[in-house]
Amino acid sequence: MKYIDPHIHMVSRTTDDYRRMAQAGCVAITEPAFWAGFDRCSVDGFRDYYRQLTDTEPKRAAQYGIQHHCWLCINPKEAEDTGFAKEVMSIIPDFLDRPNVLGIGEIGLNKNSKNELAVLEAHLELASQRNQLVLVHTPHLEDKHKGTRLILDAVNNAGLNPDRVLIDHVEEHTVGLVLDRGFWAGMTLYPDTKCTPQRAVDILEQWGTDRIWMNSAGDWGDSDPLAVPKARMEMKRRRHSTDMIEKVTFANPVSFLGRSPNFRVEA
Amino acid sequence: MVSMSHKPHCPMSPTDVVDAYFLENRAKVLDLAAFLDRLERSGGDGSDFRIACLREAIAILTDGDGDRARRIQLLLSDPSSEPIAAAPMQGAFGAPNPDLAP
Repeated sequence: MKYIDPHIHMVSRTTDDYRRMAQAGCVAITEPAFWAGFDRCSVDGFRDYYRQLTDTEPKRAAQYGIQHHCWLCINPKEAEDTGFAKEVMSIIPDFLDRPNVLGIGEIGLNKNSKNELAVLEAHLELASQRNQLVLVHTPHLEDKHKGTRLILDAVNNAGLNPDRVLIDHVEEHTVGLVLDRGFWAGMTLYPDTKCTPQRAVDILEQWGTDRIWMNSAGDWGDSDPLAVPKARMEMKRRRHSTDMIEKVTFANPVSFLGRSPNFRVEA
Repeated sequence: MVSMSHKPHCPMSPTDVVDAYFLENRAKVLDLAAFLDRLERSGGDGSDFRIACLREAIAILTDGDGDRARRIQLLLSDPSSEPIAAAPMQGAFGAPNPDLAP
């Protein structure tokens, strides 16, 4: 059975991860722009990163039959310096017409500061102006519940259609906030700080399978690029139907991502 | 809190759930016990705000009220609602730090 990992940072992964993902049935991924583990000190550093996301990674993925897509932004961890963030944001329109770009992301909040919120609002305005899909990172751990509420209000205030916005990294205390307001929700399968496959499937059992997907958010940290197929195994172990597994790990990502004309995947 | 339009359901029988998940959760509760013993051996008195939250979370496990995961998540969350003036750090503690309360 084929699947899509709709959030994974392949710039931080080795080529054999692409191979193992393809062997496990991965046919497409989307890669949001994110924090590299250190703060970049120049706009050109981001320009090179966006070139990597829009040129290098699609070629690397294609070697294994995986369709690569990406999202562009300056992430919230580097958004405290609003002047620098605006400089970086000024080059994003240069890349939005590249053929694998799906929208703006992963924007959002990290520590829920006023400056982070200002940069989030600027990204939302850009998305609105350019009619882009939006992928939103919600904060970690103790900051997630508050940050999710601030983010949902900011998106509503920006006038974006919630059906074109995915709120990522939902957990037990935030999934209802997101789905009840008409947004799409992403569950991230990540050791210690986000969902285990077991808890993600628990959330599906409580909230259903409409407007929700699962991703690995595999990156440079302790993470698992095969987390999505492992969650599919967990669903199968509990005797959930093949249709339900396919919906959450393939059809739902296709439905949301297909709102961008740049999304491509073999039917 | 669960979906109003979706009826919560797990296809496994109660016995199947216990058979499938007992051992991994047995290991997790022993890990938690060993962690608290380790903290005690190190001289820790449990006054750290994270440990205080953890003890409250453990109480939720046995209070019989259900919805445990969501309630523990909320216990471990910053209860404030306004943006803070400036980010004091990039990481997170895992429990609300009273020294950083707005």
